[in-house]
Order: sequence, then C-alpha cells, then structure tokens
Amino acid sequence: MSSEHTEAHGEHASMTKGKIVKVFVILLLITVVEFIIALWAVPHAGLPVNYANPIYIFLTLLKAYYIVAFFMHLKFEKLGLIYSLVVPVLFIIGLILALTNESHHWLDLRF
Amino acid sequence: MSATVSQIDEVKTTPWAGGRSPFAVEYGKMMMWFFLLSDAFTFSSLLIAYGALRFSSTSWPSAELVFQSVPGLLDNGAPLVFVGIMTFILILSSVTMVLAVEAGHRNARKEVAGWMVATIIGGFMFLGCQALEWTHLHHEGFWWGSIPHMEELKHLFKGGDEATFGVYAQQFANLFFTITGFHGFHVFSGVIINIIILINVLAGTYQKRGSYLMVEKVGLYWHFVDLVWVFVFTFFYLV
Repeated sequence: MSSEHTEAHGEHASMTKGKIVKVFVILLLITVVEFIIALWAVPHAGLPVNYANPIYIFLTLLKAYYIVAFFMHLKFEKLGLIYSLVVPVLFIIGLILALTNESHHWLDLRF
Repeated sequence: MSATVSQIDEVKTTPWAGGRSPFAVEYGKMMMWFFLLSDAFTFSSLLIAYGALRFSSTSWPSAELVFQSVPGLLDNGAPLVFVGIMTFILILSSVTMVLAVEAGHRNARKEVAGWMVATIIGGFMFLGCQALEWTHLHHEGFWWGSIPHMEELKHLFKGGDEATFGVYAQQFANLFFTITGFHGFHVFSGVIINIIILINVLAGTYQKRGSYLMVEKVGLYWHFVDLVWVFVFTFFYLV
C-alpha cells in the first residue's frame, strides 16, 4: 500500500495535457493518411497495392509506437521493463516469417 | 576498538540488490503489462493465421466492396466510412482515458470521474457500431459457417476464379467474426472494468488510498484494446 503511494507520484508526471493532445493529433493524422491512400491514391491515382500495403504496415507500426510509448507510458518506464516487454514481442516476427513462408508453399500445392 | 566493515558486508543499494522493485513499478501494474504481453501473442497468432490463409489464397473478398455501407444511412457507396468512425471513436476514448490518468496524478477526483464516464461512453459507442457492422454482414449472409449466395458473392470480389469464391469467402467470414469478436469481447470487458473503477472513483476509494494507480492499470488495458484495433483495422479493412 505504501509503495503504491510513493510510486504514483513524481515519476509519472511526464504526460501533460498538451502532450496528450499532440499524440492524439498525430494518431488522427496517420489515420487520415491511411484513408487517403485507401480511398484516393490506390483507386484513383494508380498507386499499386504492392506499394500501398507496406505503407499501411509502416503507418500501423508508427501508430502502435505512439500508443505504447505515450498513452501507455512505456517510454518513461525503466529500461529493464521496456526490454522485458519489447524483446518477447520480437518472437512474433519469427511466427510471421514461418507462416508466410508456409503459406506460399500451400499456394504452390494448389497448382 | 573500531569495527571495520569489510566490503562484502556492505548493504548494496543498486536496483537489483533487492528490497525494492527494480522496474520501479507497482506489482499489479507490472502484472498488467505481462498479461497484455500474453494477450498480444494471442492476437498475433489470430492475425498471422489470417495472413497465412490469405497469402495462400488465389482470390479474396475486397474490403472496399464488403464494407461499403453506413448502417442507418447508406446501403452502399461509402467504402470504409463506417469503420473510420469506429476507429475515431476508439482513439478518442483512448485519449479520454489518458486524461483520466493525468487527472488521477493530480488527485482530482471529479475530473477522473468525468473522463472515465467519457471513456465508458466511447466504449459503448464502439460496441454499438460493431453490433451494427455485424448485423449488416449477417443480413448479407455472412456468419460463421455461412456465406451469401453466389450471385451476391460475385460482387464482393475484384477478379479471380469464381469456383474459388465460396471457399475464400467462408475463410474470410470465419476469420472476420472470430477476430473482431475476440477484440469486441476485450472492449466489452474493458467497459465493464472501467465501470467498476468509475464506481470506486465516485465512492472515494482511491482518494482514501491516496493514489489513482488503479486507473492507470485499467488505462493500460484500455489502450491495449485500442492498439489491437489499429492492427485489426489495417489488416481487415485496408490491406
């Protein structure tokens, strides 16, 4: 109980209202860019889907960074905690590589 | 007689020497983080399975053709508009949640309560939108294990072999309802947890405790729900 008391104050003072609004605007702008790509650039301006998809994924990861770093406050936590959460997430890349590779094989099997 | 302390007997004060949290977070908050990590693995598995099935397919229902209605307003011709509204609502409710946490740091009980109410309303609005979206797709004939008739199905694909449409439309339906359903279930539990926390805030529980750390913990969960939606949105509606 007492530890909860001391830790709640002081170290978490870094997200001010101004910063919250700033992150919100950034998230909103990224989403707007995604919509512009989906509704205009691909159907009307001739942007190939092969280019659009990596852009979507990059913008998604960017949004994820802003949510985790600022809204979830991870950027301001101890480095040890950051690593203990971010490093395990990297294992997901392994699953992505394994299953995309496998899915191409499934596709080959169909022909 | 002077007592000399040998170096080995000195009490260490480094972060990992014991006696305090090396991560400088309270136990419950750290456990929330690790729960969210495990939940991230669950959602990744679902989304990667979706990716694998889609990569191995030769055709797939086009998002802008499947999702082009605004329930209650337009039956078609407005691709991605409704999901855009849903995304906006969820991001906004994430913002009101951070504002609740920020008010908690200042021990401003009424402000915390106000922002929590806003967050809960946002949560309910999102759930309502999702219910409309599901109802719309269900009316079109999509459900777990069922798809629209071939005549309608043709209009949801942008090319490909017609003989394969049935199989891939069914995969799409199963994955869509499972993944957005699992996410919606998270939103629903988040709203319930937020309501419980709001009751505690109003009852003055955290004021007495002297800390609004509980708001921060449920805040983490709520942001995670938003985080997952960012990925679901990209992979179901954009790609």
